[in-house]
Amino acid sequence: MSDVYVLGVDMIKFGRFPDRTVPNIGAEAALMALDDAGLGIKDMQAMYCGNLGQANAMVGQRILQEIGQTGISVVNCANACATGATAFREAWMSIKAGMYDVVLAVGVEQMGKGLLGTGGGADGIPKEGLIGSGTMPCIFAEAGMEHTREYGTTFEQFAKISVKNHHHSTLNPKAMYQIETPIDDVMNAEMISYPNTKLMCSVNVDGSAAAVLVSEKKAKELGMARAIKVRASALASDPYTDRDLVMPDVNACTRIAAKQAYEQAGLGAEDINLVELHDCFATAEMLHYENLGLCKDGDAGKMIDEGHVGLGGKIPVNVSGGLLSKGHPLGATGIANIYEVCTHLRGEAGARQVEGAKIGMTHVIGLGTACAIHILEKP
Amino acid sequence: MSENKIILPAVDYLIIPEKGHPYLEGHQCNECGAIYLGERSVCSKCFARNKISKIKLNDTGSLYSFSIVYRSFPGIDVPYISALVDLDGGGTIKGNLINVDPSPENVEFGMKVKIVYRDALGRKDSDGNSYLSYFFEPA
Repeated sequence: MSDVYVLGVDMIKFGRFPDRTVPNIGAEAALMALDDAGLGIKDMQAMYCGNLGQANAMVGQRILQEIGQTGISVVNCANACATGATAFREAWMSIKAGMYDVVLAVGVEQMGKGLLGTGGGADGIPKEGLIGSGTMPCIFAEAGMEHTREYGTTFEQFAKISVKNHHHSTLNPKAMYQIETPIDDVMNAEMISYPNTKLMCSVNVDGSAAAVLVSEKKAKELGMARAIKVRASALASDPYTDRDLVMPDVNACTRIAAKQAYEQAGLGAEDINLVELHDCFATAEMLHYENLGLCKDGDAGKMIDEGHVGLGGKIPVNVSGGLLSKGHPLGATGIANIYEVCTHLRGEAGARQVEGAKIGMTHVIGLGTACAIHILEKP
Repeated sequence: MSENKIILPAVDYLIIPEKGHPYLEGHQCNECGAIYLGERSVCSKCFARNKISKIKLNDTGSLYSFSIVYRSFPGIDVPYISALVDLDGGGTIKGNLINVDPSPENVEFGMKVKIVYRDALGRKDSDGNSYLSYFFEPA
């Protein structure tokens, strides 16, 4: 099977674009990724498009209607917050399978403002606030409090993650926000669902990101100078766990995907130079230090206390600003993470550059549950 | 609208028998013991088919995890404690923890709770029916 390379990758600056359409937002990133690869839409042999909000509305084809209708295979996919990473992975697989040499993957989302979650009121009466809460901040707060139960993790430790990611975003011109949020600001912000304050919740934004993936043969033909090798691509679903029915488990499926990704790459966590992981809430990031093997179980609090996960630390996490400050356009996030890691591996990340980065990891979780992990390497 | 006297269960795993007290119902796999809420024919833990039996869940348990919800969807009263409770004898369910002042100092992991059955916070459906729900309170 051919190795697969990212030849072009880009994202738009995340923001709010209520006057644009989903395909129009997606088309912008698609063109940027094509330009980055030095290719045109006529060179693409297939397209995989990730979008959640219009999952039944042929977003991929509508993007091609904006940038060039060449009759190629288009697959639209939805996989909750792992949607973009899933589109990227499908593109990767199509090249691995030997079907194509040059494939476009696009992730795009247009979000409203406000709280995400399940209202739970299709039949009878609404269940929200009656049978606990199905809001996302609460679900991830409950998952974080499980860590508190096990290891005594504190509100302040969770809050420090948000301070870190907001700080990182001040160095990322494509982030939604570039604002420092000192610890007092984070802890005193409106409490949404304890221990997640408003500044510990990801930002709902509109955005898109895209990548051009190519076979090794094609990469060599077109030039390897800025190509990034996909060392591993793993996708896992949630295995049965005892509290499954009431507590979506973001840990077990991340551990399955991480194990597969490390095995596929022949690497360990100690080989990874930077990580973009799914900080949909500050409580979630804490869990994934351990789930991804960045530290031993129980040491996540220490990772943030001792600065290991900040820019300049031993394993910088979410130097883009993360979903907390860069923003979280659901279908775009998985490819935006890949853009961030590729940018560092190319040495093009400017003020937030992780010096000497050779290998990076991306991780997303779609509740329901899907976990996608990619390991990328500068050849 | 005329007053409708029908009282319905807020969730399908809350059973209101003709005689006796309401209770929560689980569905347990006879092969591996996994407990589910709601009917099913295949066990997703051990994959056994047609081995699922109805069981009556216990009305006591201990608090596994929680959050205190300060912002919810429009029209939902806050704050409240969203609690995950491991029931004695098996099964984990989610619900509101009541009769505890909703601040983190007052909620302890592992605290013993019991299930109480109350009107569903006055919520009615479009036909005017009332609902019975369940809540946790300190045991």
